[in-house]
Amino acid sequence: MATVDFAVGIGGENGQGIASTGDLLARIFARRGLNLNAYNAYQSIIRGGHTFLTIRASDGPVRSMGDKVDVLIPLNQDSIDRHLRLMKDGSCVIYDGDGLKPGTAAAGVQLCPMPMNQLTKGNKLAANTAALGATLQMLGIESEPLETAIARQFKKKGDAVVAENVAIAQAGYEYASKNFKPMKFKAPKLSKPQAIITGNQATAMGGVAAGVKFYAAYPMSPSTGVLMWMAAHARELGIMVRQVEDEIGVMNMVIGAAHVGCRAMCATSGGGFALMTEAIGMAAMIETPLVCVDVQRAGPATGVPTKTEQGDLWQVLSAGQGDYPRIIVAPTSQLDLFQTIPELFNLCDKYQCPGLVLADLLISEGTASVDPADLNFNAKIDRGELILPNGDGDGENPFSGYNDRAYLRFKNTESGISPRAVPGVPGHIFTAASDEHDEDGTLISDEFTNTSKRRMMVEKRARKMQKTAADIAPPKLIGPESAKVTLVGWGSTEGVIREAVEKLAGEEGIVASQLHIKWIVPFHAEEVSRILSKSKKVIIVENNFSGQFARYLRSETGFSAHGHIRKYDGEPFMPHHIVEAVKEQLAGKQVLSVPTHEVSV
Amino acid sequence: MSTPPVDTAPSTATPAVPPGQLTKDTYKGKIHPDWCPGCGDFSVLSALQTALFELGLKPHQVLVVSGIGCSSNLPGYINSYGMHTLHGRSLPVATGAKMGNHELKVICTGGDGDGYGIGANHFVHTMRRNVDLTYIVMDNQIYGLTTGQVSPTSSKGMKTKSTPHGNVENPINPIPMAIAGGATYVARAFSGKQKHLVEMIKGAIQHNGFALVDVFSPCVTYNKDNTYKWFNPRIKILEEQGHDPSDFKKAMERGSQWGEEIPIGLFWKRTDLPSLEDLEPVLHEGNGPISRHKLGISAEQAQALVKELL
Repeated sequence: MATVDFAVGIGGENGQGIASTGDLLARIFARRGLNLNAYNAYQSIIRGGHTFLTIRASDGPVRSMGDKVDVLIPLNQDSIDRHLRLMKDGSCVIYDGDGLKPGTAAAGVQLCPMPMNQLTKGNKLAANTAALGATLQMLGIESEPLETAIARQFKKKGDAVVAENVAIAQAGYEYASKNFKPMKFKAPKLSKPQAIITGNQATAMGGVAAGVKFYAAYPMSPSTGVLMWMAAHARELGIMVRQVEDEIGVMNMVIGAAHVGCRAMCATSGGGFALMTEAIGMAAMIETPLVCVDVQRAGPATGVPTKTEQGDLWQVLSAGQGDYPRIIVAPTSQLDLFQTIPELFNLCDKYQCPGLVLADLLISEGTASVDPADLNFNAKIDRGELILPNGDGDGENPFSGYNDRAYLRFKNTESGISPRAVPGVPGHIFTAASDEHDEDGTLISDEFTNTSKRRMMVEKRARKMQKTAADIAPPKLIGPESAKVTLVGWGSTEGVIREAVEKLAGEEGIVASQLHIKWIVPFHAEEVSRILSKSKKVIIVENNFSGQFARYLRSETGFSAHGHIRKYDGEPFMPHHIVEAVKEQLAGKQVLSVPTHEVSV
Repeated sequence: MSTPPVDTAPSTATPAVPPGQLTKDTYKGKIHPDWCPGCGDFSVLSALQTALFELGLKPHQVLVVSGIGCSSNLPGYINSYGMHTLHGRSLPVATGAKMGNHELKVICTGGDGDGYGIGANHFVHTMRRNVDLTYIVMDNQIYGLTTGQVSPTSSKGMKTKSTPHGNVENPINPIPMAIAGGATYVARAFSGKQKHLVEMIKGAIQHNGFALVDVFSPCVTYNKDNTYKWFNPRIKILEEQGHDPSDFKKAMERGSQWGEEIPIGLFWKRTDLPSLEDLEPVLHEGNGPISRHKLGISAEQAQALVKELL
């Protein structure tokens, strides 16, 4: 159980060092063993604009950015104007008393003006560092981790910069101890330090654990973090990383590398995914396994590049023309991303089909703490029926292919899975064609069109999917079957919905349950139907306008939900948004709630 | 892996040669091409098979990657590993395959619409990367498989099914484009001069870097302008004219020549630039291509990665 649960919010323009301050705080909290979640609301602008970073920490589980800010650090007037009105009794605001005017705060909000010019010795860019020192002091954290963290953060800039920043942070710390009241709680210190990870890092590291040898991408927010991590680690880990001319090239290059036997991966956002879709169909047609991550952002078209949405479900479900086997998964957290990528690669290798991941800005750019022991890179690797080069071709029938039908790459087996040789293997020559083809790869799309063979091959590929559901964990109901309401969500919203369920029970006395969906295809329709048919009231929570998952659930199970909570303003759900919407729906006021995001960020 | 099925059908293979010995027939595919009789692509296929035979490359060491179009059906007609990909996408697929297994000889084949039209973006970027690929473009200046529409290399004024009043757009000349674009081996050949074509292809396969062989491969069905009869008197072989392929200015000049005299041969070649594969240390670590490297990382590497997060 949590004894302390608090959040620090840092606001300012892009370029004011918000990310680095946030990173420092997050590392200090995680080293104390606190769990944390950090979400950065930002804009598509390199300098200026408004950025607001929320870091929430607790000695209990932290599954979302939460509902409140306890320590506000506004680095400019705009941030005070936007956020001060939301500050509640017991919170504090740490700001530059020389330059910023706070206006009226609610009762019990401690205003903490600091003489920044004096504390920073005129270094305007270091106000955040002074505020950081003050924050730690007021949270009851000793000053020593600050030095270690600053040294780590600024070591590339040289000893002088480290020394200057440590001195400024210390000055801020001292100033707060003399002039401000500490918070009513102290940040606890636990025995086991936590690691912090973004979803994009987790995705890349999951790829490493899976044995990815080829990664290609075209930069696109919010997926670019995966490319940057991969590029930075490529040489030490033996991974070929390429930035390609466009996403069409990305997917085709990944297919080429995967086809010769590499585990190959790419990540993009919705717009890039749209360009990849024809090639994803080809991967399915030539039965080449690969993994593609769609880090969703608000669409359509360029949309809102720095804002989150769960709006690509149907794009991914219907990517490319025709019917084809593929696996689609929506991981539910940063750690889940890390653990799902290797599992998905095993499934894709087994079923020789593309695997598509639905992530989103919320979890991919968001930061979470994880227990370092959970980052197990020794993941199970199962490559299925793969034939890799193992000889020099001088045995019997060394150049099979010429009038020879011994090896059938697309053999019509009972399972639909055909033993897969990769180019370079002696004695297994075949052509992989995006045209419909016979078992040996010969085209049956042009001269040799053949209805019965076409039917056979469609059914062969489809048959691969029949048993996939048994390989993955079905969704489970969290909470009692007798709950008054069951909240259903998918992907990244698992944490915030769980917190809403806890809040409903704890603060409102409403017993709610949660059914969260991670695997989209294959879909455990029977289990989901069985659970939902017993629920008293089912409300679907999703980060899009039209209820994409509600439609999918109906198409797979025939089940229509009783209510819907949707948000499509670019910002993620906060727990109270869901709590209030559930209350109004239980009161019979609404069947569709669209929570308002209280602050414009 | 499962046991290969026993096929009781008698083999129709005719060459009585010991196993393991290459003959030109080794490179024959399972099926006969479905190209129109007289199509220039027959000559290109045969030239490629001859080139592979003469270079002593074993079929499993070769990957032929094509896009979509008449000429892109070629991988099905040759006995080597093949990929018949999407329209315009042979080059990125081939690049990925080459990166994944740089021991393979990767040869791309396709047409002018595939490479210079829908695939032009990849064409430009694959050249500047100097990937070690051979790219054979069967350039017939028309869209054949879609029954005769204008192509990026169709001459100005040409009447096609999509330009019934004559093509008003300017054609691409791939030769100067490739020289300027960073290709390190740029040649042109003609289906009607097969011996020369074989030499151009062999040189391209042996070249370390991106090699383009643009081949005039007449479409006897839909292009009534640029026929064998039209080309024959115009074609002049650079090798017979003392052209120096290391001379950039001359290469651009001869490559731009069009009209009464059209040069074929090796316009441009440079060997002082490393290929992309040469420049990527990842490909030269451990044993063989990255597709054969052990999956996963060491405990020490894992520890270091976790440490970055603490």
